[in-house]
Amino acid sequence: MEVTFQFDWAAAFRSIPHLLPGIPWTLLISFGGLAIGFFIGIFFGLLRISPIRWLRWPAILYIEVFRGTPILVQVLFIFYGLPQLLGGPINALTAGIAAIAVNSGAYISEVVRGGVQSIERGQREAGLSLGLSRSQAFRYIIWPQAFRRMIPPLGNQGIISIKDTSLFSVIGVGELVRQGQIYIATTFTALEVYFMVALMYLAITWSLSIALRMLERKGLVGQ
Amino acid sequence: MTASTSDPIVRMERVNKHFGDLHVLKDIELAVKPGEVVVVIGASGSGKSTLIRCINGLEEFQQGHIEVDGNELVPDGKSSKALQRIRTEVGMVFQQFNLFPHLSVLDNVTLAPMKVRGWNRADATETAERLLDRVGISDQASKYPSQLSGGQQQRVALARALAMEPRLMLFDEPTSALDPEMIGEVLDAMRELAREGMTMIIVTHEMGFAREVADRVIFIHRGEIVEEGTPKQVFDSPGNERTQSFLSRVLKH
Repeated sequence: MEVTFQFDWAAAFRSIPHLLPGIPWTLLISFGGLAIGFFIGIFFGLLRISPIRWLRWPAILYIEVFRGTPILVQVLFIFYGLPQLLGGPINALTAGIAAIAVNSGAYISEVVRGGVQSIERGQREAGLSLGLSRSQAFRYIIWPQAFRRMIPPLGNQGIISIKDTSLFSVIGVGELVRQGQIYIATTFTALEVYFMVALMYLAITWSLSIALRMLERKGLVGQ
Repeated sequence: MTASTSDPIVRMERVNKHFGDLHVLKDIELAVKPGEVVVVIGASGSGKSTLIRCINGLEEFQQGHIEVDGNELVPDGKSSKALQRIRTEVGMVFQQFNLFPHLSVLDNVTLAPMKVRGWNRADATETAERLLDRVGISDQASKYPSQLSGGQQQRVALARALAMEPRLMLFDEPTSALDPEMIGEVLDAMRELAREGMTMIIVTHEMGFAREVADRVIFIHRGEIVEEGTPKQVFDSPGNERTQSFLSRVLKH
């Protein structure tokens, strides 16, 4: 079979300066959203394992709703739907960060729950037997150990959320994919440009993986 | 150490514990005087660990009452203030050591004195170093628990409990998870503690040790205290046939 199309390296490299402005947006939406999602996750993750039943069910409801609906629908709802309720527009950046926050927050809640529940019962008992209160035992004994176990699944969620931001081109926020689409509209070099867009996502996610591996190694001292 | 004539530091009266249909503890009556060393023996599942875990509230009970050093525990765990005071005064050593793996040996020992007693780091460290020295671990203070042998870990756990300056120590099968060659070092540390006059309640399968250090031996069968007396009485001339058959099984080899 004859090759009918050549990959144009020159076109690929020419696209780089046009794509780069998307990176800060991608990073801002993903890390801004993840930072908020982390706190949402701790909050609902701990509610989820509360000994009090009526505190558990709002957590279950939150997790099921935001884990069980597509993030694309969530961001469309926030950007196009919510303004009708609020009576004023929401800017695309805010909508994107909010969507990542509530979506990753649902998954991180489960990561937090799993991490805390994985700590052996004897750890808490040892703390209580020394006179620590339940909250002190949690803060000084259970949480530090649980957090270390949470690092790998948190890293997973970070990578997933970074890639999820690519969907937000639909609300016109100027992240990587959006920049690529704009550039392709004038150059018709879809193959080269999406290839470069993919490479840029890979550079971001791979860097995060390396950073997490270093964090994990540091955290594993003495264990 | 002979028991003094002062008031009991632990008093359990008609304590009953149910776990679903299982009657785990039946009408437990027990009084332990300051300085006394009480060893609790019995088959696994007899309720002996549950009994001592009731004393510091790690297990709830359904009827009766427990008084520890003037603090009263009532059924179903509804006594949080008294419980907090009891846990501050009562130390515990666990079968699985339960050291905090994310903290150094030194930090394992200083954590509770700093957070519960409010000591500053310098005072807590000084006490911790003295205790670690006493149990023979002073050169390992900066290591992490996983870098120590089982015997060393259990001695750190003992130092950790002693750092709170407890009035009573509970031992829940402290040597059962240890390799045979490490049992001696832990028993030595406990022996020394008993000699210094610490009040101790010890659940163990080490009958030789029980005979040597106990002021009183209690035999539990299916949640009931069926025999109680000096080591000589219980080991040499047990009155109850349950005790006889248990001892013949554990002392044979």
